[in-house]
Amino acid sequence: MVTVNIDGKNVEVIEDTTILKAAESAGIWIPTLCYSELFEPYGVCRLCTVEAVRGRRSRLVTACNYPVREGLTVHTNSEKVKWIRKLIMELTYSRWPNVPVVKEMAAALGVTEPRFKSLEQDLAPDACILCGNCVNICRDVVKASILAFEGIGIGRKVVLPYNEQSEECIVCGACAQVCPTGHIKIKSLEKERGALQDWYLGPKSAINIPTLQAVPRVPIIDEKSCIKMQTGGCGICSTFCEPEAINYEAKDEEIEIEVGQILITTGYQTIDLKQMPQYGYGRLDNVYSSLEFEHMLNSTGPTGGTILCKDGSEPRAVGIVHCIGSRDENFHKYCSRVCCMYALKFAHLVKDRTPAEVYQFYIDMRAFGKGYEEFYKRLLDEGVNMIRGKVAEITDGYITDGIKPYLMIKCEDTLIGKFREIPVDMVVLCPAIEPQFDASNIKKIFSISQSPDKFFLERHPKLDPVSTMTDGIFIAGCAQGPKDIPDSVAQASAAAARILSLISLGEVAIDPIKAEVVDEYCSGCRMCNSLCPYSAISYKEEEKISYINDMLCKGCGTCVSACPSSAITGKGFTDEQILAELEGILSV
Amino acid sequence: MEQEKEFNPKIVAFLCNWCTYTGADLAGVSRLKSSPCVRIIRVMCSGRVDPTFVIKAFRQGADGVFIGGCHIGDCHYSEGNYKTLRRVEFMKIYLEDFGIDPRRLRLEWISASEGDKYAAKTLEFESEIRELGPLHLVDA
Repeated sequence: MVTVNIDGKNVEVIEDTTILKAAESAGIWIPTLCYSELFEPYGVCRLCTVEAVRGRRSRLVTACNYPVREGLTVHTNSEKVKWIRKLIMELTYSRWPNVPVVKEMAAALGVTEPRFKSLEQDLAPDACILCGNCVNICRDVVKASILAFEGIGIGRKVVLPYNEQSEECIVCGACAQVCPTGHIKIKSLEKERGALQDWYLGPKSAINIPTLQAVPRVPIIDEKSCIKMQTGGCGICSTFCEPEAINYEAKDEEIEIEVGQILITTGYQTIDLKQMPQYGYGRLDNVYSSLEFEHMLNSTGPTGGTILCKDGSEPRAVGIVHCIGSRDENFHKYCSRVCCMYALKFAHLVKDRTPAEVYQFYIDMRAFGKGYEEFYKRLLDEGVNMIRGKVAEITDGYITDGIKPYLMIKCEDTLIGKFREIPVDMVVLCPAIEPQFDASNIKKIFSISQSPDKFFLERHPKLDPVSTMTDGIFIAGCAQGPKDIPDSVAQASAAAARILSLISLGEVAIDPIKAEVVDEYCSGCRMCNSLCPYSAISYKEEEKISYINDMLCKGCGTCVSACPSSAITGKGFTDEQILAELEGILSV
Repeated sequence: MEQEKEFNPKIVAFLCNWCTYTGADLAGVSRLKSSPCVRIIRVMCSGRVDPTFVIKAFRQGADGVFIGGCHIGDCHYSEGNYKTLRRVEFMKIYLEDFGIDPRRLRLEWISASEGDKYAAKTLEFESEIRELGPLHLVDA
């Protein structure tokens, strides 16, 4: 620790702390335009100039990068400092008279008018003031080193390599974040390689807590947009994390666990709404998918649960469109089951929170569960407009008498037999529930089946809705078919009970369908040995016959039909049985 | 007199327990119209179908034999259907030697979810057998 005297105050700090930091800890303000804690001090704006006195020697130094030593005396507000600072400020102000941060700083230092005539005066309010923040953060923090200074003196400017958009730029947007004047614009960046993630209702940082209801509620790092993962730079989050919980080394790992039974609950995904351009999703503002709207309604969501249009206004009318991709010959023929009820819930919440008109566009209202029909009736009493018919198209820019434009929903109202156009401010689409895109991989891994709609197939649609064709593999939830929460819970509980019953039994009953070698007939040709996909057939050298291991045999019967001396019988499906069956069915 | 009666082909179908048999079940549950001439014998795997069964079926009065298995790569027993595929090709050669049109033996891959395919393929096979006419092989 060393003691320095700043403006008459004795300050005790660690050696090599900069004057700026030491002054800050003493509560003394030193003006600066280019200082940032994120990277090494650059000392380019010169506004932090102070007078450092050691012994009898006095020097003007920049506080941001001058390390303190024992016995140093600093004057931050002496006449000499004031004079030099004012001069620096006047020079800066003369060149960029309209930049807000420069103006503010000038005002703070008592400079009201640019005194000099600058040859390269830039009147733009978002002019580059050559603070170097972008260059420094790109080099020191992001470690991409894309931005650099070019030229000297009055010709100095920040450039990209060869003045072209560089492939090395990871479009992290850090330069725009630190730019004090807004000269670097994030807007022109975000259409490029897209480091800003659009997740539901807006961009998120690379490290975030997905939702406040997330279990466990811890932040996750998005590998694709994390600068540390991309270039090895940054690491800012770990410097802020006191318990040092951030581990960039953590990788996805494969863990092998031996289990006896598996319950597959891989869930569903919603249909890609961009396949249906007529509904304008992704093209028109204020057209949301139901999950996005749910996110907006959430009190921990981006709007705190307030229903807002993109421009920040309250919607005058909201249209909720059912069956987007479900019950549709072009996409999924099945009904997604849950949409009608959550759409009614949406209508109720919109009515509750805003004075907006609500329109429901439905094919059939399927209020199938306990208490659901009553809820539907209640909604009708709340004054929700129910329009029975499929929406043809959603268009934008519908203006009447100079008021704010509406979105226009074009549909057929089958109850009155007329074509209708309904103006709304916000549209919520209810996308179809569909199997996960990689469900066929899961199917292959567990050798289970998929039904025609690609959901996993249960062993029997009525009598065995939780188990599959493969022993020990169970399915539950939307992986098996669209269903709501109570149904998912019921099915999962049933599957868990089935699994537990097998565990508590301690033993499993296996099918008695097995192949068996009749020793007397076996000639030891060994033809069957290589046929068995389970390697259940082995050869007894001393007896010169083949032998089938009961535990390994699954009873497919391939060896039975291949045995040239009919020495193998398939229990339950013996040759005699099948031939008798054949005789029987052909006798009539 | 016998000849004037309408020809109703007898088709024997050997269906694998896991795919085609379930697919046929689905066709029934879905109320799809499949061929009424098909007489089904369930086997655990299409690989269980012994060539003898096919010959026996023809000898005992079948006009066509239909074998249904899982799609290649989807076999419940990993690779039983590959063996079926090979055997059926051989059997077709032998059937010709026996004077039986090899078109009377048909192999189809129909999964448990393809009830519609089961219905379509059996109807198609039925009409093909109708065209080929009855196979007079029955032991007198």
